[in-house]
Amino acid sequence: MSSQPLLSLENLSTHYVSQQGARVVRAVDDVTLSLHAGGTLGIVGESGSGKSTLALSILRLLPPAARIVGGRMIFEGENLLDKSDTEMRRVRGKRIAMILQDPMASLNPLFSIGNQVGEPIRVHEGASRASAWERAVALLKSVRIASPETRVSQFPHEMSGGMRQRIVGAIGISCEPRLLIADEPTTSLDLTIQAQYLNLLRDLQREHGLALIFITHNLGIVAKMCDQLAVMYAGQVVEQGPVSRIFSAPAHPYTRALLGSIPRMTDNRQHLTAIEGQPPDLSSLPPGCAFAPRCPMAIARCRVEAPPEVAIDEGRTARCWLAVPGVEATAATMRSNVA
Amino acid sequence: MTVTTPPIVATEPSPPAAFWRTQGFPLVPVLILLTIALVAVFADVLAPYDPQIGSLALRYRPPAWQEGGSMAHLLGTDHVGRDVLSRLIFGARVSMIVGITAVLFAGSVGTVLGIVSGYLGGWADQVVMRVTDAWLALPALTFAIFLAAIVGPSELNIIVILGLVYWTRYARVIRGEVLSLKQREFVRLAIVAGCSKRVIMWRHILPNVINSAVVLGTLMLGVVIVTEAALSFLGVGVPPPKPAWGLMMADGKQGLMVGHWWLTVLPGICIMLMVLSANLLGDWLRVKLDPQLRQL
Amino acid sequence: MKNYILRRVGYSLLSLFLLSLTIFLFVRVTGDPTSLLLEPGASPEDIENLRRQFGLDQPLWVQYWRFIESFVTGDLGLSFYYRTPVLDLYFERLPNSLLLAAVAMALSLLIGIPSGVLAAVRVGGFWDNAGKIFTLLGLSLPSFFIGLVLILFFTVYLGWLPSSGSGTAWHLIMPAVTLGWYFAAAHMRLTRSSMLEVLGSEYVKLARLKGLPEALVIGKHAFKNALIPVITLAGINLVVMINVAVVVETVFAWPGIGRLLYEGISFRDFPVVQAVVVIGGCMIILVNLLVDILYALIDPRIRLES
Repeated sequence: MSSQPLLSLENLSTHYVSQQGARVVRAVDDVTLSLHAGGTLGIVGESGSGKSTLALSILRLLPPAARIVGGRMIFEGENLLDKSDTEMRRVRGKRIAMILQDPMASLNPLFSIGNQVGEPIRVHEGASRASAWERAVALLKSVRIASPETRVSQFPHEMSGGMRQRIVGAIGISCEPRLLIADEPTTSLDLTIQAQYLNLLRDLQREHGLALIFITHNLGIVAKMCDQLAVMYAGQVVEQGPVSRIFSAPAHPYTRALLGSIPRMTDNRQHLTAIEGQPPDLSSLPPGCAFAPRCPMAIARCRVEAPPEVAIDEGRTARCWLAVPGVEATAATMRSNVA
Repeated sequence: MTVTTPPIVATEPSPPAAFWRTQGFPLVPVLILLTIALVAVFADVLAPYDPQIGSLALRYRPPAWQEGGSMAHLLGTDHVGRDVLSRLIFGARVSMIVGITAVLFAGSVGTVLGIVSGYLGGWADQVVMRVTDAWLALPALTFAIFLAAIVGPSELNIIVILGLVYWTRYARVIRGEVLSLKQREFVRLAIVAGCSKRVIMWRHILPNVINSAVVLGTLMLGVVIVTEAALSFLGVGVPPPKPAWGLMMADGKQGLMVGHWWLTVLPGICIMLMVLSANLLGDWLRVKLDPQLRQL
Repeated sequence: MKNYILRRVGYSLLSLFLLSLTIFLFVRVTGDPTSLLLEPGASPEDIENLRRQFGLDQPLWVQYWRFIESFVTGDLGLSFYYRTPVLDLYFERLPNSLLLAAVAMALSLLIGIPSGVLAAVRVGGFWDNAGKIFTLLGLSLPSFFIGLVLILFFTVYLGWLPSSGSGTAWHLIMPAVTLGWYFAAAHMRLTRSSMLEVLGSEYVKLARLKGLPEALVIGKHAFKNALIPVITLAGINLVVMINVAVVVETVFAWPGIGRLLYEGISFRDFPVVQAVVVIGGCMIILVNLLVDILYALIDPRIRLES
């Protein structure tokens, strides 16, 4: 494998524009990320932080009001933004697949499982009805559905939630994509089934050499599944890097607050720091850093000037003045002056 | 937040949809309705002739701009020589009176029963709703024809009949509104404060469903006018020789085959303008006053 | 499931009961029913006979029971004008009504469904706005006006189509268009909203994520689901059409149920009017029941609920 990443987003921005064009919501704002083949990237953030819009931007399947206004998306050496609609369609489901949040609603109630699982194979590979059906049986088996031969001809309403989500997973991997994006795939499942499903995804990833983007608000899942992490806040990536290093030494106060808010088994004290304040209104962000109003460590500069994305060490960046070399010292002095 | 066609990168936002319908005040429809109302009020002054008396010598005169027409009868004369313009002018009065009173009748009965049924629940609700279901099973026009066949045609009878046929539509919508209002804070507070059921229904609930009732009434005006015209057209509505638009069209049908188009087309256009205006105004009011009724 | 169906059947029976009671009471309350049920100028013996036959001297509930009894046994009385049993007249006219309704329904679906889909796929576009104007006109224009204007153009001016009667396919065109017009608008509106709802669903999103061509997304995944409520409404409307065609059938002298009703009014033939109204009401209650039961059988969600 070359060192060139499978997917790299460069300064990607996606905005929602209201009908009259008066309100602009920067749902994804200047995001730079990269992911290597076979790697796993977790994207975390509160709801409304732009995670899902980012995922849909990569597939260029945005709601009508949303527009990609800038940046590049290089996937396997090609800029996805240069592709025509038809070319882009051939990427979806074939080279990049995605799993949606709600397994109960993701399957079409009128068509059999086999029909829906085999559909991408027929469309992208021109397979016959019969061979697509056979592949569908094999896929059901690979996502560990018992007696796939009978299940394949059944309909979605005959399946449990966990089974449906595994079927959606089967649809995702049906054309052996290079990248699979999973948007909170387990939120509607109960805990034991969640764990099974995550194991399944990891096994599939290993078997097929998939790269995985895992969108979640659950840091526990990130710790279990991912090797890279990007933390999003108000449309921006505020911190990214290898999971282990971020977990051991978070650089951004928001990441720190997120990590503080997961209860730890090893910790016998109730350790649950809620993040104070409201998530920001994306259509009227404060000047400076978007997190500043909620940030316990904010300095004067944070409220005036947005921090740049700075490299902290190899493969790790943060968007915080405190991470900018030299600023921390001043901050410390300022704080002591105030005190 | 629905995903539709894959968009192109960075273009301007789509133009505002449905500009003609809901954006801004529906000026033309309101002007049309006002004109018809004024014509109805001042019919005696405006009409050049008695609408009910004609002279057979003057039958089937075409409108003034057609060959054989004269300025004496601007819109021509009908099969017994009555002036079409005068009949249209007095017809506006019939449509307005029947339309508005029938809507008020249906509206007040339906609103009261809707509130009672929705607020009290229990057997009162069951009775009102089961009757509503049963009556709604009959198409409005068929039901109205049946009632008209029993009581015979007259202007007053038509008003009562239309009221009886259409109150069910009100009752159903208003009841739905009341059911959701019942859960609201101010109603609970009124209950806690010890208000009697009657006070709650008429002081607290009624003012809150008036908006919906007005919207529904405006939309219903069009429906009622069409039904009145259809009944008159079939001969069970306003009795001749009164000048109702529907009746004029029925009378004009014989003349149609030999090309006397003005006898049917002109009253038809009047009905159309009035109904269309009422519907457009109702649509606008619905969006303006009561967004919840959008799905109506 | 069983409970649900039983409950629905119960409601329908209740509706039938209330409907018959309404009709019975309206006829009784508004005066002496003999004046409606007997020809004008009937002899005193006839009146006496009828009084005894209907038991008008008996309490009201006994009278109601007889009224129901006669309907259930299919005895709808004799037509004054035709002097034949009303039921025979009804069945004689029914095929014509069905034919007209079927053609009008086909037309309304052929116009309503494609235009509704088009409007939903391009929300806010030209077709959507054109469609809105069309629905507004369709739902506002009285059918007798449309019918008469059609006659004016296609019979009087162009001489292409016969203005009245039946027998050939040419006779069917104008009545079917006039009757179908309103329903085309209704079907378009429902298709549009149903399609919009489905297009926003997760499974359509997933179909797009699979990389399916837009034609397949809309034609297969969205359209088939969106069609279900439209077909349901069309089923109910077919029965409604038979019962609201009175104006259209009068304009075009089409010999169906509606025309029978019109004749009933014109000739003051009350048994005919009563029969058409009662049978119409029963038909509509039954088709609604049928649709609800079919839905329960098809849709697992309803089945689980009960």
